[in-house]
Amino acid sequence: MNVQQPAGYPVGESIDDHQIPFWHNPARRALVYQLAALIITAAIGGYLFHNTVVNLKRQSIATGFGFLEREASFEIGESPIPFSASQSYARALLVGLLNTIKVAVTGVCLSLVLGLFVGICRLSGNWLVARLAALYIEVFQDIPVLLQLFFWYAVFYDSLPPPRLAITPLPGVFLCNRGLIFAVPQDHPAYRAMAAAFLAGCVIVFLLRRWARKRQERTGRIFPVVRTSFGMLLGLPFMVWAGAGFPVAIRVPQLSGFNFSGGMAISPEFTALLLGLVLYTAAFVAEIVRAGIQAVSKGQSEAAMAIGLKPWQIMNLVILPQALRIIIPPLTSQMMNLTKNSSLAVAIGYPDFVSVASTTINQTGQAIEGVAMIMVIYLIMSLITSAFMNWYNRKKAIIER
Amino acid sequence: MMTVYYGSGEDVRPPVTSTGALGWIRENLFNGALNSILTLLCLALFARVFPPLFRWIFIDSLWMSTSSACRNIKGACWSIISTNYRFILFGFYPYALQWRPTIAVLLLIVLLLVSRNRSFWNKSLLYAWIAGLLAMGILMQGGMFGLQRVQSDQWGGLPLTLLLAVFGLAAAYPLGVLLALGRRSRLAVIRVLSVLYIEIIRGVPLVSLLFMSAIVFPLFLPEGMTVNKIIRAQAAIILFTAAYIAEVVRGGLQGIPKGQYEAAESLGLNYVQTMRLIVLPQALKIVIPPSVSVLISAFKDTSLVVIIALYDLLKTTQSTLSNPNWMGFSSEAYVFLACIYFICCYGMSRYSRQLERELGAPA
Repeated sequence: MNVQQPAGYPVGESIDDHQIPFWHNPARRALVYQLAALIITAAIGGYLFHNTVVNLKRQSIATGFGFLEREASFEIGESPIPFSASQSYARALLVGLLNTIKVAVTGVCLSLVLGLFVGICRLSGNWLVARLAALYIEVFQDIPVLLQLFFWYAVFYDSLPPPRLAITPLPGVFLCNRGLIFAVPQDHPAYRAMAAAFLAGCVIVFLLRRWARKRQERTGRIFPVVRTSFGMLLGLPFMVWAGAGFPVAIRVPQLSGFNFSGGMAISPEFTALLLGLVLYTAAFVAEIVRAGIQAVSKGQSEAAMAIGLKPWQIMNLVILPQALRIIIPPLTSQMMNLTKNSSLAVAIGYPDFVSVASTTINQTGQAIEGVAMIMVIYLIMSLITSAFMNWYNRKKAIIER
Repeated sequence: MMTVYYGSGEDVRPPVTSTGALGWIRENLFNGALNSILTLLCLALFARVFPPLFRWIFIDSLWMSTSSACRNIKGACWSIISTNYRFILFGFYPYALQWRPTIAVLLLIVLLLVSRNRSFWNKSLLYAWIAGLLAMGILMQGGMFGLQRVQSDQWGGLPLTLLLAVFGLAAAYPLGVLLALGRRSRLAVIRVLSVLYIEIIRGVPLVSLLFMSAIVFPLFLPEGMTVNKIIRAQAAIILFTAAYIAEVVRGGLQGIPKGQYEAAESLGLNYVQTMRLIVLPQALKIVIPPSVSVLISAFKDTSLVVIIALYDLLKTTQSTLSNPNWMGFSSEAYVFLACIYFICCYGMSRYSRQLERELGAPA
């Protein structure tokens, strides 16, 4: 009798090989399927590779990454590290990568904050606030992010005035078609010391929280962690500032000729890109946060109320820890989406990695290498993000018996 | 043990402030200090934003004028739309023949609206779709039934956007299902190949795939063979969407209890029969709502073909804006475009929610 089983059924049946035809042995059939898949994939790959080699030879394009050493001979609008046109393509691409990382990291942080805020507003008991948040989510989710980028970019170039007539929403902040320009404190050694004090405050708070939790578990006594933490984080830098004699010198942007000098300027391209990405992604983050909080059953908050926890304690100790488990996986994909969408920078002329790579491809003709580099860079960034978020997810996951 | 003293025995009405409009306002807008402050803040925001916006859109605006008349007004210049809407919607399609893409788009919209109703989901709807898509192709392309031939490089605007989205999804869905099955296959080689494909495609931006279709793909083909730019972009969109559909379907497959597989096995069904008759019908039903989400993002993502200079809706709008006459009216043009996208996506997402309710309710 023939035993009909799904293809690829685990090997190791004790059916005598001699009794059944070759095609009816699941193990052998599985082998045939897999071999066929491999051969077909290899054949297609080989065919494409062959064509590519022939085409490259015909167009006499040299393959390989030798072009990275050559002089880039194009300028890059903004760059976190010094760059000039006489430097290599490799350095140009590094500048692009740093710009991508800059926009991705800033964008992720801002969209998390905005998304959390809107998501909580969406659940507010205040009808007006909830409707407003819903409107925001619906509008920004349903318009392509590229269109939003174009819109913000156009706002800068078509609607904002030239520097001479710049809008000043706050004193020291100027908004004009050259970007967002704002005052920054004059460089002073005290600021670096303040940053160090802030970092030290972070470490102390981290240790304090651990100690407070252990002590609470041991003795049941609650230590006012939140208040002390705020005190540490704000107080330490303040003390350093006071110790240095309150340096208050500020570099206010001055209009000189056709542009501002002094202060800090953020280019229209970067601002438009950041605005578009953050507003778009925050709408999705808000939906995820809302769904996560709603998924925590109502009985949980009722039980918490019944044992007399305060509202912020209910949120902090009961709802959020449970909601986070639901929120983290989809949040991870939103963070990756933001990073990948930052590649749309190429459309509005912000020099991110894709934009620089595309210029490089146009100048050198190294299309395959260029596209491959783009793909590899984004794959690596995705892998790092998901590795980090998986680690965080494991840390937050429910520990079952 | 409660004693109620109601003297005369008349009905005592609840206080006015807890019923009706007033009660609703108290309950939803002014219950507590924080909420009252929030409400007042929102109202202040409305007062600041809406009157000027209203003036800009309706009062200070011009709707049918020349571009020079628009230069002197404070409000919106909707004339950029009323003057250029045919180019924005249809791109370089020959002006006299634009009734053809119009009918094609209307046909598609009718098909979509009919498909909304789940009681029509049967074989004849499938045939209607096939016939409809064929008719659309003939209308767009021409060259048959006395219709003049229009080369595909003249296609643009809304039909292109819709075609890229609809064909993208139609072709990506079966591919995605296969990939999802591959990912859950017991055959190691097939599983590894599927996982590699899905993870690589999901890890890279669509822009890089579009670049690939535009500048690398021609190198893959044998000498002398060329493939139309639109079809190459379409291929990139299909490859991209398929990976996302695969993950959605995989979720559905994971939701099928093991007992279903075992029952199929005990009936003696083989792999193909098990999947086709038992597993996939149930799995695909579970994932209809998330599939609509994939459709929505595929529709929005078609706008990315701007980057490889295909004349979709966004690109036709941009080239209208690069006309010196209409330069500077980008807000109006983009708002118009945003409305088109919003209507389509909002419609789809509402539908997805309705489906979720229908399918989620116990039968």
